[in-house]
Amino acid sequence: MEIISVKDVTKYINDGDTLLIGGFLGVGSPDAIINEIIDSGKKDFTVVGNDTSFETNGIGRFVKENKVKKIIASHIGTNPETQKQMIEESIEVELIPQGTLAEQIRAGGVGLGGILTPTGLGTVVEKNKTIVEVDGKKYLLEKPIRGNVAVIKAKKADKAGNLIYSFTARNFNPIMAMAADIVIAEVEEIIETGKINPDEIHTPGIFVDYIVLGGDEK
Amino acid sequence: MNSKELIARRVAKELKNGSLVNLGIGLPTMVANYIPEDINVMFHAENGIIGMGPTPEEGMENKDLTNAGNGFITYVPGAVSFDSAMSFAIIRGGHLDITVLGGLQVDENGQLANWMVPGKKIPGMGGAMDLVTGAKKVIVAMTHLAGESSKIVKKCTLPLTSLRKVDLIVTDMAVIEPTEEGLLLVERAPGVKVSDILKATEAELIVPDYVPEMIV
Repeated sequence: MEIISVKDVTKYINDGDTLLIGGFLGVGSPDAIINEIIDSGKKDFTVVGNDTSFETNGIGRFVKENKVKKIIASHIGTNPETQKQMIEESIEVELIPQGTLAEQIRAGGVGLGGILTPTGLGTVVEKNKTIVEVDGKKYLLEKPIRGNVAVIKAKKADKAGNLIYSFTARNFNPIMAMAADIVIAEVEEIIETGKINPDEIHTPGIFVDYIVLGGDEK
Repeated sequence: MNSKELIARRVAKELKNGSLVNLGIGLPTMVANYIPEDINVMFHAENGIIGMGPTPEEGMENKDLTNAGNGFITYVPGAVSFDSAMSFAIIRGGHLDITVLGGLQVDENGQLANWMVPGKKIPGMGGAMDLVTGAKKVIVAMTHLAGESSKIVKKCTLPLTSLRKVDLIVTDMAVIEPTEEGLLLVERAPGVKVSDILKATEAELIVPDYVPEMIV
């Protein structure tokens, strides 16, 4: 685990990477890192996140600034730019039920070959997927999702990379922390190792490769 | 009383003491304003909280404390926050008592379409497919008509949200319960005649001899 400057994050990110990005409509999204990646000029990312937020923040900026070739998300309705680019076919959008997306990413991080869920059966989500019957009940087989890099946001880290999140800013962040080759966490505060009660840590530091201290927060 | 308030008030009567409830964006959110005083429920939001409280006063917002529609919230004693996998474990795992969602169409099978209009509006399903598939009770709260077209149809023409039969439909004209035999007309809105409801409904309805007026 290493503490790095936000200026250095793009050393670990390449054109065309699959990026897992935390946040729910921009709440709990690593905005300082997102801005840095966009400013670096790197592009052609596949971005995995709950939603594409608004045009001005979170994952929304990746779409607005044309850095994305594919979006995997559960909701794009708050960002007209995503729908526009999808209709123009300048980006590919894969819509996934929110609970399925969470479990696919979790599966990618915890060594599972996929998950079986009833969600999406008999709907357009079922298309091209395997149906598995277990004890007489049908499920969709949904495959694991992993990223080259996970870019997440937490409230607080210690110098061992142990993370604590805040309220609903937690969302996809701890799940994504398990599911990428490189994990970069933006935090609002870095404290000395040993100052957090082990019982209160949400993400064990072993998952985290780099910590970035974010900019001024409200 | 406008039609949305009527629907929200009638849905609120379905909530039981101690229930865990998820309200969808828009009209369903209004249900929280009309919960009877002797009923205590906890609200779940899919972005990761049980125990949502009312909107904070201006200046008291916490940037990390929001509902699934990106509105600032407060929390009540006993509240708990969690990640998205846990949030949907609660939903999909059958631990959520009631979900109230908006609808575009419900059909004679009690199946709901509420997440996209092909070629026009494709916001994504968000949590809707998991909510309809997993909640113990699914209530659809919607206006009876969209313009002049019935939203209660023989067969959904819009993409389904789930194969699951919803439990109750509350509109500004009627309360309808999908049953094994078909859609049962349970109540009519104040001042609305059964004949008005039949005229405004494309689907076949089962009409009992006596259809009481909604009490709201």
